[in-house]
Amino acid sequence: MYRYDDFDHRFVDERVAQYRDQVRRRLAGQLTEDEFRPLRLMNGLYLQLHAYMLRIAIPYGALDSAKLRTLAHITRKYDRGYGHFTTRQNLQLHWIKLEDTPDILAELASVEMHAIQTSGNSFRNTTTDPFAGVAADELEDPRPYAEIIRQWSTLHPEFSFLPRKFKIAVSASTEDRAAVKMHDLGLYLHRNEQGEVGFEVLAGGGLGRTPLLGQTIKKFLPRRDLLSYIEAALRVYNQYGRRDNLYKSRIKILVQSLGAQKYADEVEAEWLASDRAAVALPDTYLAEMASAFVLPAYDRRPSDEAAVARAIAGSAAFARWVKHNTFAHKVPGHAVVTISLKPVGLTPGDCSAEQMELVADLADELSFGEVRVAYEQNLVLPHVRRDALYALWQRLEAAGLGSSNIGLITDIICCPGMDYCGLATARSIPIAQRIATHMAAKEDAIGNFSIKISGCINACGHHHLGHIGILGVDKNGEEVYQITLGGDAGNDAAVGAIIGPAVKSDEVTGAIDKLIDVYLRLRQNGERFPETYRRIGQAPFKEALYAPR
Amino acid sequence: MLLAEDGSLGEDHWRHLNDEEAIPASGPVTVSLAQWQKAEPALRERRDPLGLRLPNTIAPQEIAADLAHFALLVLSFPKFTDGRAYSQARLLRTRFAYAGELRAAGEVLRDQLLFMRRCGFNSFVVGERAVKESWATAFGEFDVFYQEAPDGRPWVMRQRLGPRTP
Amino acid sequence: MQIVTGNRLRDGAVIYFAGAGEWSPAIDKALAAEDDRANALLAEAQAGPPPHPAIGPVLIEVTRDGMHLHPVSLRERIRATGPTTGPMTGHTALDANPAPRADDYSI
Repeated sequence: MYRYDDFDHRFVDERVAQYRDQVRRRLAGQLTEDEFRPLRLMNGLYLQLHAYMLRIAIPYGALDSAKLRTLAHITRKYDRGYGHFTTRQNLQLHWIKLEDTPDILAELASVEMHAIQTSGNSFRNTTTDPFAGVAADELEDPRPYAEIIRQWSTLHPEFSFLPRKFKIAVSASTEDRAAVKMHDLGLYLHRNEQGEVGFEVLAGGGLGRTPLLGQTIKKFLPRRDLLSYIEAALRVYNQYGRRDNLYKSRIKILVQSLGAQKYADEVEAEWLASDRAAVALPDTYLAEMASAFVLPAYDRRPSDEAAVARAIAGSAAFARWVKHNTFAHKVPGHAVVTISLKPVGLTPGDCSAEQMELVADLADELSFGEVRVAYEQNLVLPHVRRDALYALWQRLEAAGLGSSNIGLITDIICCPGMDYCGLATARSIPIAQRIATHMAAKEDAIGNFSIKISGCINACGHHHLGHIGILGVDKNGEEVYQITLGGDAGNDAAVGAIIGPAVKSDEVTGAIDKLIDVYLRLRQNGERFPETYRRIGQAPFKEALYAPR
Repeated sequence: MLLAEDGSLGEDHWRHLNDEEAIPASGPVTVSLAQWQKAEPALRERRDPLGLRLPNTIAPQEIAADLAHFALLVLSFPKFTDGRAYSQARLLRTRFAYAGELRAAGEVLRDQLLFMRRCGFNSFVVGERAVKESWATAFGEFDVFYQEAPDGRPWVMRQRLGPRTP
Repeated sequence: MQIVTGNRLRDGAVIYFAGAGEWSPAIDKALAAEDDRANALLAEAQAGPPPHPAIGPVLIEVTRDGMHLHPVSLRERIRATGPTTGPMTGHTALDANPAPRADDYSI
């Protein structure tokens, strides 16, 4: 993975010193809260219900064992011994003291980490495929580009006070595992007819109050022009994005109101007028960046497949785990392992300090020290020998990390909701817990399924993209839950449609049950839920959900 | 009070005319865009320095042809969270090669100063706090930058690549 | 009946205005005002030189039960008593309980 050079080290050290002084000035009364808020947000520090919350950046979800151990140490020393992995591949700590934050950032800097721009109206963490570099279906490793964007977008002088936040995702594989279409700016790496590698650029995707999918604004952008083109796209947004209404300030509203073609034309004109050479990425630089992500020196001896087969035959539980939690690796004899942070009945995405340390140890022993965070709020060990899977599974199982439910109905994406978050209008974690507990027995029968839950309209839980999405809202002081159907992430991304009146908190599980029953009854030939939904429409679901008893 | 890019503090010797005021025959003055458009011929006749106050909603290309007449451009930050003038400044400095004084006015806070200077501002309208809180130190908080910018300071990609080959 | 609450500047902990410039993490120490006096109470809570000890002081609705004050809204009940689920169930930022161990990690 990418290692900081002297520039990067020096930069984060300077950032820590700057922030330490900002906190000092705040505590000394030189800065008002209104003045300090954007400064702390640019370091990922929110004020939530119970305390400050620090959102630590995990650039494109890439961790190593040293970083993960430091995160464990920080959660133990400065927080309550656990953290919450988010849908932006970041980590949130919910019990932070302002006065501790400069020291926390210094600890992060010591392992090449920071919390820069995990909030605020600027570039956020650039995300990508958690299987980047090892996925069998990828054209090229997307991480060098994500890293180039990360660096260039860090404390950008022109774009640190945009109308609203700005999220970029990159995908380079046949299957989009980065939900590219729901990003302000999406990049699909592909090959054009001349055989050159470049980007298809999408703009205007996003969830929140007005969920929209990104639309293509450029079919082929040469790699060298990546930064100049993003700069042009941002300059047009900075100039014309709305600033009078918070809910209309994302780029998706600009793209929608201008029309994608007009926005694309504006960007193109700006881009052609700009000094593209000044920020062009020379091939040597791309190659240098790519060399930071070379694959590890795998043990190429054949995996003992007979032993793997015996273990699978000997344990139905292990067989399930292999089926759901391991994925094809491009190197023979290896697997990509997803560690589920969705144990049934617990908080989706939460991880204790001890669990982080165990994963760090396992990464060192079995995955060349590498760990990834998936936006589905799970962890990934990207390079595990297949004949080590059984031992790995046993150790995960013993630590409460052995859930075999990746891509199943209990693998719920869920924001922290009103148990922690100052923006939430309803709780989301208890809903996830009840649904998972209720559905666990049938998850195999249901098969691939995604439930996504947000505790407010900002949609951190991606509810619009869930096969079933659940949005918690406040109705006259009571938590009620709006249900959407038919959403999907990835290549066939779709925004779910609201099925009808919201249901009460204690009715959610029963409602999901009824919807699932309709699906199981009417699906054909192994259809996924979105396919069934598109084929049969809303009516049968509506009937089942709202029929008088 | 004015803060200069070298960190020195001084008084503003410009007069900022409102649209109803008569244009004085001498002395440095700034006018609004409307006033410039209305009284351009008269303003061009003056010998003393002329400045323009540009709202952050105007694209720099709209005044590109007139830039030679101005010794000062005042760009506006109605709120410090409204960052349109950063783009204006950058375009004025690079695409339109404006070389005069570029001044940030409005809600200018200490922790924006470095961003502003990188985008090409070289003077800043500040209050008493700037003295008490020694705002000039804000310019030196970083010497590592990841972006090419009008202030011409070295940026990381270029530094890594070494001197550019022709 | 209303009281004023905010989060403490230095650590973000939930605090309540207890009158005479004092803020307390104990909700029962909060100074309560009937609705017609509430805005005056808020103004009193907001007063004082910078840095103010509380961020974002706001009025919240409460009911009184003998010695105790109870927030009316669920959000404020959660602020007063901690998350309703997870390792910190029923604990606030100021509770001196040790960090939960992995084997305590249950709902």
